[in-house]
Amino acid sequence: MSAPTLDRPAAPDEAALQAHFDAVIAAGHRIEPRDWMPEGYRQGLIRQIAQHAHSEIIGMQPEGDWLLAAPSLRRKAILLAKVQDEAGHGMYLYSAAETLGADRADLTDKLIERRQKYSSIFNYPTLTYADVGVIGWLVDGAAICNQVPLCRSSYGPYARAMIRVCKEESFHQRQGYELLMTMMAGSDAQRAMVADAVDRWWWPSLMMFGPPDDDSPNSAQSMRWGVKRHSNDELRQRFVDMTVPQAAVLGVTLPDPELALDPATGRYRFGPIDWSELKAVIAGNGPCNAERIARRRAARDDNAWVTEAATAYASKHAA
Amino acid sequence: MSTDLTAEGGHGAVPTGPEVPVEPKASTARRDWPLYEVFVRGKRGLNHVHVGSLHAPDDEMAVHAARDLYTRRNEGVSIWVVRSADITASSPDEKDPMFAPNGDKVYRHPTFYEIPENVPHM
Ligand SMILES: [Fe+2]
Ligand SMILES: [Fe+2]
Repeated sequence: MSAPTLDRPAAPDEAALQAHFDAVIAAGHRIEPRDWMPEGYRQGLIRQIAQHAHSEIIGMQPEGDWLLAAPSLRRKAILLAKVQDEAGHGMYLYSAAETLGADRADLTDKLIERRQKYSSIFNYPTLTYADVGVIGWLVDGAAICNQVPLCRSSYGPYARAMIRVCKEESFHQRQGYELLMTMMAGSDAQRAMVADAVDRWWWPSLMMFGPPDDDSPNSAQSMRWGVKRHSNDELRQRFVDMTVPQAAVLGVTLPDPELALDPATGRYRFGPIDWSELKAVIAGNGPCNAERIARRRAARDDNAWVTEAATAYASKHAA
Repeated sequence: MSTDLTAEGGHGAVPTGPEVPVEPKASTARRDWPLYEVFVRGKRGLNHVHVGSLHAPDDEMAVHAARDLYTRRNEGVSIWVVRSADITASSPDEKDPMFAPNGDKVYRHPTFYEIPENVPHM
């Protein structure tokens, strides 16, 4: 008996696929992993999701430095939960990147080789325990501003990962703010510590939103594809508008003499950002770039034997 | 300012221009443990729902890792894991050949049938 001949459909032409992709985006529907997508969209997403995942796992380090030094068991437990969440965020995101054909081990290698970057904010040191509070309040707060719109990203697995992440970020921000409220109700020395930490983290937090819109040419394509939903400047402005009243309740002064409410718009005007600092930190010249990568490399290399042992055990028992 | 910085991806401004490599090197790819898909039952009475994936050396470790990764805050009461390679899928974009025949079978839906208003409980 001979095999039946199959009626194979002709290979679909690129223009039709592109038109279908464009229609899905235009309708506000999600692109899913096995859909056809333009190469630029796929690669752009891998770059974005990978740097996001790297930021989450490197982001464990500045706060991780305080795990043993946190002042009480309660504070240790909270900080441990937060740092563990950040590891989880990294894992959700690596798994989203893998749906696009990336490979987790390869991505983390590229991070260690500095061929892919993580957010510049994690290259600043956590000098005092107040930094833990300020990171939760400002850095996680800024991350929330960036991440909430990403829950509607056009790429399904990324959007779903972001929904999960955003649910957890709210705990991060609130525990930081509560920690700072506690310190502000404490001694003069504690209040001075908070003021110093706010002074150091405020401007780097504003830089987290990226260069001004007229200097971000890639954003336009990203917005057309529904990967990005709001411009850098708009997100930064939202963050400032949310944060200034929180600073007032806390009783801290943000280190910007030009910060003032614009009665015409109801939004806060703020002073110029020193973009040369961001550029220097991204180029590798921040206070902690080398230390962060070195620790990540050690985590991979020193623990490789665990991975190998588990693999050996699994293959022995698979037989 | 560099032309290749975006704030996208949560924590801030990072280069994401075309100079950032994305394709896996053949040598590192597949060095990792196999990929598992994770399904969580939110509570009794609900289906297991896909929540994401993870790498693990074997099935048992995959369940442990899934518990740590996807249920840190009472998100579930039961977990299934399955090797990604063992899943056979219809892709959304193969939808037309795969699901189109249902489109013209409107008689499969209850709304196809007109029943007078005065017929109770239907
Ligand atoms: Fe996070
Ligand atoms: Fe966080």
